[in-house]
Amino acid sequence: MSATSVSTTHEVSTAHGTGSKLGWAAADSWTMTRRELAHWARQPVQVVVGLVFPVMMLLMFSYLIGGGQGIEGDFKAYLVPGMLTMTMAFGLEATMLSVTQDLGKGVIDRFRSMPMNSGAVLVGRSVADMLQSVVGLTVMIAVGYAIGWRWHEGFTSFLGAVGLLLLLRFAMLWIGIHLAMVAGRPELVQAVQILVWPVAFLSNAIASPASMPSWLGAIVEWNPMSATATAVRGLFGNPGAGGDSWAATHAELLAVAWPVALIVVFFPLAVKRFRDLSR
Amino acid sequence: MTDHDLAIVVEGLRKKYGDKQALDGLDLTVRAGTVQGILGPNGAGKTTAVRIMSTLLRPEEGRVEVAGIDVRTRADEVRSRIGLLGQNAAVDEELSGRQNLEMFGRLYHLGARRAGARADELLARFGLADTGKKAIKQYSGGMRRRLDLAASLISRPQVLFLDEPTTGLDPRGRTEVWSAVRSLVGGGTTVLLTTQYLEEADQLADQIAVINHGKVIAEGTADELKTKTGGDRIDVVLHDTGQLARAASLLPGEVRMDEDRRMVSASISDRMAALTETVRALEAAGIEAEDIAVRRPTLDEVFMHLTKEDAA
Repeated sequence: MSATSVSTTHEVSTAHGTGSKLGWAAADSWTMTRRELAHWARQPVQVVVGLVFPVMMLLMFSYLIGGGQGIEGDFKAYLVPGMLTMTMAFGLEATMLSVTQDLGKGVIDRFRSMPMNSGAVLVGRSVADMLQSVVGLTVMIAVGYAIGWRWHEGFTSFLGAVGLLLLLRFAMLWIGIHLAMVAGRPELVQAVQILVWPVAFLSNAIASPASMPSWLGAIVEWNPMSATATAVRGLFGNPGAGGDSWAATHAELLAVAWPVALIVVFFPLAVKRFRDLSR
Repeated sequence: MTDHDLAIVVEGLRKKYGDKQALDGLDLTVRAGTVQGILGPNGAGKTTAVRIMSTLLRPEEGRVEVAGIDVRTRADEVRSRIGLLGQNAAVDEELSGRQNLEMFGRLYHLGARRAGARADELLARFGLADTGKKAIKQYSGGMRRRLDLAASLISRPQVLFLDEPTTGLDPRGRTEVWSAVRSLVGGGTTVLLTTQYLEEADQLADQIAVINHGKVIAEGTADELKTKTGGDRIDVVLHDTGQLARAASLLPGEVRMDEDRRMVSASISDRMAALTETVRALEAAGIEAEDIAVRRPTLDEVFMHLTKEDAA
C-alpha cells in the first residue's frame, strides 16, 4: 500500500444537458443490468429452478388437473396461452422478492452516494428481469410445442402475441418493484404472494368465465390477465373463452391499454419511492 | 481561514427520527487536507451526520457544504467529490472484489477501460490482487473492509467519510484498516472519521469533535482535549490494599481509588512538584509504593468527563 496514487484531481464527469443525462441514465441502467446477470452467472441452479417452476405448472395442468373448466375441444390449445400469461403475471413475485432483498443491502447506500442516475438501480433490475422473461417464455413455448400445442396465424401474429405477453410482464414488474419499495422487508413479500394467486386464478387463464357465476365471470373478463390471454389466443389462432361482453370483444385493445396504464402509474411511483429513501 | 480552505461546513444541523432528535444543532468545520475525528457514544448522532453530509439523508434544518457545495441543492456534484465507507459493508457480497470495483468505476462514469484499470490498481494497493473470482461473502472481515475502502476511493474523492471503519473488526483487521487510512492522509484528501474508540481518534485524527445528544460538546486536538479536562494525573500503586484510603488522603484534589489494581489516582497541575511531594508524603506516612507514575489523562477519561459534564 502506498500513498502515491492519492490525489484530489477531479476526474469524475457529472452529466450536463438533457442528451448526455439520458445517455448516462442508459449507461448506468445497463451497468445495473450487468450486475444482475453476474449474479445469475454465479447462481445457475437458482436460475434453472426459476425456469422449471412454470414448466411444472404447465405440465401439471395439462396432464394431472387437465380437462378444463367449461372448455370445449382441445384443452391444450386453450391452456398453453393461458399458462404463458400466468407465468408473466407470477413474475411480479420474483421481482418483488429480489428488490426487497437488494434494498436491505449496504451496497444500495453506495449507489445512492454516487453521481449515478437515481432511477438506474430499478431500471437495470427491470431490464434484467425482462431478459430472464424472454428466456422463460422461450422455454415455455418450446415445452408447449413439445406437448402438442401449435400456433396457426403466421410469424407476425406470433411475434405480436409474444410482444403482448412481455408487455404484461413489464407492467407486473413495475408493480412488483413498487410493492417492494412500499413493503420494504422480505417478510412482507409473503403476504403479497398469497394475494397474487387468487388474482391470477381470477382470470380466464385456465378456465372459461362462462363456467363461473355471472358476477364472477364479469370480474374475470375485466382482469388484465384475461385481456392478454384472450388477445394472445386470437393471435396464436387458438380457441378463446368466447363471451360477448365489451371486455371480451375488445381484448386486444385492453391487452395493450391495461399494461400501459399500469406502467404509467407504477413506474414513476417506484422511482419516486427510491429517490425518497433519503427522507 | 477562508471558506476555500474548508472541506466541510456544517451549521445548525437538525434531524429528527420520530420523537428522537438525532441531531440538535450540530456545528462543524473541517479544514481541507486534515483528518477530523467525530467521537461519541452509540446514538450520539454520528451516523446521521455522516449520512446527511454524504447526501444519503436530507437535513431538516441547517446548512451543510461539502467541498464548498450545498448537499441539499447540488447533491450530484457533491456525490462526484466524495467517498463513503459506511458502517455496513457497502459492496455487493455476491460478486468478486474486481467485479465490484469495476462496476462502481462504470457508475462513476470512468468508462469501461479506465474502470477496469482503476479496479486493478486499487486491488493491488490494498493487498487484494490475488482474490480472483472469490465472492466477497467469502472474505475475512478485514479484507471486506479494505475492499469497501478501495471502493470509496475509486473517484479519487476530495472528501472521504469513514463511519466507524473498524467497528466489529478483530485487532488484526483494525490494524489493517488503520494503516490503509494512514496511507491516504498526506495525499490531500480530507477525511472525516466517526468512532466510538478513543484510541482510534487519538491514532488517526488531527482534530477531534466530541458529540453527544446530536451536538458538539468539545473540540480540539487530542492533546487539547486532554488538557481541557483536569490536566495530568498521578497514579500510585501500593503493595498493601489496606493502605489505599490513607494514601488517598495524602494526595491533592479529586482522588480515585481502584482496589483491584491497588491504585490511587489524582489530578495534578505541576508534574514535578506533585511527584516529589507525593514521594515525600508517602515516605513520611510509612506507606510503601510499588510504582508511581505521572501521566496525561487517557481519552477515555476525557470522554467520561465530557459526557458526564454534558449530562449534568
